[in-house]
Amino acid sequence: MAITININGSGHDIDVDGDTPLLWVLRDVLGMTGTKFGCGAALCGACTVHIDGVATRSCVTPVDSIGKSAVTTIEVVGATDAGAKIQKAWLDHEVVQCGYCQSGQIMSASALLASNPHPTDADIDDAMSGNICRCGTYVRIREAIKLAAQSNAKGG
Amino acid sequence: MTLDHMASRFNDINLSRRGFLAGAAGAGGGLVLSLSLPFGRSDAATSGDFAPNAFIRIGSDGQVVLTMPYVEMGQGTYTSIPMLIAEELEVNLKQVRLEHAPPNEKLYANPLLGVQATGNSNAMRGAWKPLREVGATARVMLVAAAAKRWGVDSKTCRARDGEVIHDATGRRLKYGELAGEAAQMAVPENVSLKRPEAFKLIGTPAKRLDAPGKVNGTARYGIDARPPGVKIATLTQSPVFGGRLKSLDDAAARAVKGVRQIVQLDDAVAVVADHMGAAKKGLEALKIEWDDGPHAGLATAQIAQELEQATLGSGTVAQKVGDADKALAGAATKVEAKYQLPFLAHATMEPMNCTVHVRKDECEIWIGSQAVARVQAMAAKAAGLPTEKVIVHNHLIGGGFGRRLEADGAVRAVEIAKHVDGPVKVVWTREEDIQHGMYRPYWFDRLSAGLDAQGRPVAWKNRFAGPSVIARWLPPAFKDGLDPDSTEGAIDLVYDLPNFHVEFVRVEPPGIPTAFWRSVGPSHNVFVTESFVDELSSAAGQDAVAYRRKLLDRNPRARAVLDLAAEKSGWGQALPKGSGRGVALQFVFGSYMAQVAEVEVSRDGTVRVRRVVCSMDCGTVVNPDTVQAQLQSGVIFGATAALYGEITLKDGRVEQSNFDSYQMLRMNEAPAIDVHIVKSAEPPGGMGETGTSLIVPAIANAIFAATGKRLRKMPVDSNLLKQPA
Repeated sequence: MAITININGSGHDIDVDGDTPLLWVLRDVLGMTGTKFGCGAALCGACTVHIDGVATRSCVTPVDSIGKSAVTTIEVVGATDAGAKIQKAWLDHEVVQCGYCQSGQIMSASALLASNPHPTDADIDDAMSGNICRCGTYVRIREAIKLAAQSNAKGG
Repeated sequence: MTLDHMASRFNDINLSRRGFLAGAAGAGGGLVLSLSLPFGRSDAATSGDFAPNAFIRIGSDGQVVLTMPYVEMGQGTYTSIPMLIAEELEVNLKQVRLEHAPPNEKLYANPLLGVQATGNSNAMRGAWKPLREVGATARVMLVAAAAKRWGVDSKTCRARDGEVIHDATGRRLKYGELAGEAAQMAVPENVSLKRPEAFKLIGTPAKRLDAPGKVNGTARYGIDARPPGVKIATLTQSPVFGGRLKSLDDAAARAVKGVRQIVQLDDAVAVVADHMGAAKKGLEALKIEWDDGPHAGLATAQIAQELEQATLGSGTVAQKVGDADKALAGAATKVEAKYQLPFLAHATMEPMNCTVHVRKDECEIWIGSQAVARVQAMAAKAAGLPTEKVIVHNHLIGGGFGRRLEADGAVRAVEIAKHVDGPVKVVWTREEDIQHGMYRPYWFDRLSAGLDAQGRPVAWKNRFAGPSVIARWLPPAFKDGLDPDSTEGAIDLVYDLPNFHVEFVRVEPPGIPTAFWRSVGPSHNVFVTESFVDELSSAAGQDAVAYRRKLLDRNPRARAVLDLAAEKSGWGQALPKGSGRGVALQFVFGSYMAQVAEVEVSRDGTVRVRRVVCSMDCGTVVNPDTVQAQLQSGVIFGATAALYGEITLKDGRVEQSNFDSYQMLRMNEAPAIDVHIVKSAEPPGGMGETGTSLIVPAIANAIFAATGKRLRKMPVDSNLLKQPA
């Protein structure tokens, strides 16, 4: 039975089992490969997307649980204010290395910034500790989030 | 001897400079047919292009395309290698587009390693001179073409930002306008390279060329390959290495919506489906019985015991200076210690994957590989095809760390794809990735030293046992019982040690495959030697920095990084109870480094690494920002291993399976990392791995400073550090 989900502003009819994780619908069914597979068990954060603005691990989110909620992925997060600021800070601060986890890092960080324009170190720890980076870019991720938050201050 | 010297000793495919340039020039035009591009797809070279070698192609439209012989896996090689070429070619980095090199050992072998591979921190060391010459050669030909057209002496022309300029008349021609004519110019025999003071790019922080695609989701890794009609497969392999499939009931799996096919191999089963969700669901529905084979009862302790036993015998002498036995007999104080290091998985964030389309008489592969020619050769064997019938598209790598120097994943994918009509992407689950890895070896080391009355070491003996990865991966480089990787960091120490004796006992563990792991030989040896030097300083009752310093009279570069790290870390200043600083020093991968780690050990034995100060002398710095980033990266990678890293076997099975049981350091645990670079005009040293090997002893030594407990086995066991309630 087809399920309709709203991804990046468009409706998509999907013909998969309802318990199929959203991650595989994005990557394999719709070909949106920006969202990454890391663990399949919500342990690493590589698959993070926004569902109604909330950072969510798509690898454990069944498609039939999404209903009418809006899914946002790395492909369009730059269209949001927080997403654009985070992406710019990531580039200005040269955060990426292998880059594989960075879609998930950016989705977690932009959800944080959207809900908390001036996160403390503890807020950053809370929001980002679910995202593993094997290249160890944590130091720069923290600095880049702070950089993006500063642009919040300037921009009002 | 280090790994980078092995080519000249062991390998006849090492390329002379002339062969490198001329051989490359011969193949100029037809290189680009099978490449998967990180930043867009170009057309094949046309007759109007200027392709003086296998690395540069300039189209008549002015587009400069650089072919990357080393693959980008986070280390910044897709920025620093273009910097070398662009520096001499006189183009700016915004003008270049990059392509992955196809498999071709002749054109793209690392001159130091002798094979086409990205590893052992030697891309920059191998490329430093040859790839600047590649750029300079092309520039000389472009200038000659312009001079000919203008009818002037080429000495009166200069190149800048992709143009040739004749200052006397103010005439200018863009490289694109010269492409066709430049291709007709003779390839110069010798080109002179810029003096360091003339560098415009080298030594300045360059923005990573691969960064934009990695922040907006468009970067393509192997796992993102989607040839038309591709099916997705996932697999389960015999849980015990060397086991076989006994029986399979796949009825329930076949009933899963989206499952298309079950592929049965001797020692594995794959579920082929429309998407990974269905493939995983199908995999869970399989009922499999395995014949566990000869390693069914294997446990880590058995392997450790066998290695320990081996260190009681004798091995191959790796280095001998003076007479260690005699000096030891006459020493005022003797110190003995045994060290152990565990098996480790790589756990790259991008799980193992490979996409394969086996056709009647050829095979096409999409993969992210550190050794693409190896993939081609081994896949050809698995497919039963000649090597040239295997087309390999390389991709960005979502973490390599040595795991992707291996081609086992490609071979497995070919075995599955032979049974599938059309292309199939084989994606390993994280559990499969961790439980069927190829692991950093387990090591066992036995050391003894003698100190004179002043505490100075007069004898040093080390016998260590473990496998030789080189013996499997590059057999000609394993010779007379030794290989350059297993011993790096155990021999040629920075210290003045007058009587020195090191032996390697090769023992291949049963039932578990071993492989290179970030910082390779030094990942083991530096922990052991730097822990032991620390033990000697403690036995002598001396400060750990001052003690090392006294042994560095003949090694000013090592002493300089040690002094710098001590100064910047506030060495000697008081810390709260339960905290401590540890120092470690190494010269490996051609770079000198010192680190001071500051740890805090809580009453329950939990260790937090608070701050790490690194100082390094890696010779000429090409991209300073990359050097800093690689150090931060290496420290986190090594600290993860020190605090958590351990793969264990029980009943022949790997006990860890995902990031809950094989833990990674996370944001809330990451230390502050300060990097200090010593200015140097020496040739570049390696950067990608140095931080990893050194942080492990720095942490162990800091734990000793904080608690008085010497941890001789990694990872850190908190139970040993617990304080009584």
